[in-house]
Amino acid sequence: MRDARPDVDVIVVGAGPAGSAAAISAARAGLDVVLLERGPFPGSKNMYGGVIYGRILDGLVPNWWEEAPIQRWVTRRSTMLMTGSQALTVDFRSATWGEPPYNGATAYRPDFDNWLAGKATDAGATLLCSTTAVGLIREGHRVVGVRTDRPDGDLRARVVIAADGVNSFLAKEAGLYTHTGAENFTLGVKETLALPKDVIDERFGVRGNHGVDIEILGCTDGIPGGGFLYTNLDTVALGLVLHLPELAAQSKRPEELIAQLKRHAAIAPLIEGGEVKEYSAHVIPEAGWSMMPELSCDGMLVAGDAAAMCLAAGIWLEGVNFAIGAGQAAGQAAAEAIRLGDTSVAGLSGYRRRIDRTFVLADHRKLARIPHLVMNERTQRQYPQMVANIVERIFTVTNPLPKPGFNRIVASEVKAAGVKVTDLVRDGWTGLRGFG
Amino acid sequence: MNGDYPEISFEDRIGLVDFRVGERAHITVDGDSCRGCTTRACVVACPANLFVPTSDGGILFNYEQCFECGTCYMVCNTEGAITWTYPDGGEGVVFRRS
Repeated sequence: MRDARPDVDVIVVGAGPAGSAAAISAARAGLDVVLLERGPFPGSKNMYGGVIYGRILDGLVPNWWEEAPIQRWVTRRSTMLMTGSQALTVDFRSATWGEPPYNGATAYRPDFDNWLAGKATDAGATLLCSTTAVGLIREGHRVVGVRTDRPDGDLRARVVIAADGVNSFLAKEAGLYTHTGAENFTLGVKETLALPKDVIDERFGVRGNHGVDIEILGCTDGIPGGGFLYTNLDTVALGLVLHLPELAAQSKRPEELIAQLKRHAAIAPLIEGGEVKEYSAHVIPEAGWSMMPELSCDGMLVAGDAAAMCLAAGIWLEGVNFAIGAGQAAGQAAAEAIRLGDTSVAGLSGYRRRIDRTFVLADHRKLARIPHLVMNERTQRQYPQMVANIVERIFTVTNPLPKPGFNRIVASEVKAAGVKVTDLVRDGWTGLRGFG
Repeated sequence: MNGDYPEISFEDRIGLVDFRVGERAHITVDGDSCRGCTTRACVVACPANLFVPTSDGGILFNYEQCFECGTCYMVCNTEGAITWTYPDGGEGVVFRRS
């Protein structure tokens, strides 16, 4: 041990949304903060499935919408149920979402994350890029710093905030992360496709910097998951989210599954002529509440994807906002603990207290059962097929036969889809309890 | 139109992504462990298609164009077959429009 004194107050590992938010709030509280990023710039390792919901930024960067590098404001939100030959879309538009303070935006994560990290350096944090944290420095059970891959790369701090992403080796090393089985994770894969802006505007029915986010169920060839298609300014992003165990147990590769979605009649006309500009992939902590690690140990807090804070609850697919909310609370809690001179688990308990009463943990707790509901065989295959067939029957004109009543159509399609009424009732109840 | 959407080759697809290849292989695969494996989960699931079965029952692995996502070690059910770390600072994948 060369020098046991801390080099800085706080080391934040990972300059994604969680880490940058943590660095902003800790630096603004007057702390000496180092923000480590293993990529050459913040955001360079990051990709996502579509929308940043900005309300959580209001308290961090006032009027953020005037400067954040977004692509389009989402004014149109669609949910599509898809089968091989059918698609049923619920499509919602709001003019309000296209005006300040806005609701959600699409963005390139390398731009957005880099911008947010800039707010941390503005606040006085020191950003060290191209620096990988390779392990923890511990004294007994207490985390007192991180080892980095720089020469003489040991860095000591009073508090370490692990915002090191879904693979969080720091949370694992500290023994906090135990739900690491593949069943808790999905793979997100995405193509960024270039199209002229006016073509995107026309095909998606939007103008200016207004955009569309479409979430798709039933497009994953039987692998639990879903798909998405959203608009950037002069590209669209099309991707899939695939549950790891079933992806691994079948024979189609991720890019083949994307190609299949691109050929679907409901998607092909929207992306025709789009030139692939980038292909990206990332693992997503899908299981939410049930997989969350312990959020702290002596000297360390965990935030963002590292703490499985991605919300994959069917109609709600969020993550960046959860990361920012958690990071902000972690930075504040670290500052509080350092001020009071106690950075043990007890001294850092302000983190849990803060996120317990906001959406960060409240939404996860309330929606704890929803990720499993969304991923079950019935929601993935049976229900979309059943609903699509019901709608097809309703709108198929069968003259000279008279129109069948809804009751008869529904009853026969429930049966044809092999749906058990008991399952339907149970899933409905789970959904109502979660969403209600 | 729907049936003949032109698809790019995997090589072209991965060629669109910026990789700063480091000298150290951040992921190593123990070929001996793979020889007895029948599931080959990594071969189908790796989005960068880095795992290639060889004719003698092993796995050929290339770390260079890796998304650093973690899928391979998560789906692998052979203890010790895949050793996974992050690339050294500044190296590896660099996304631009993700």
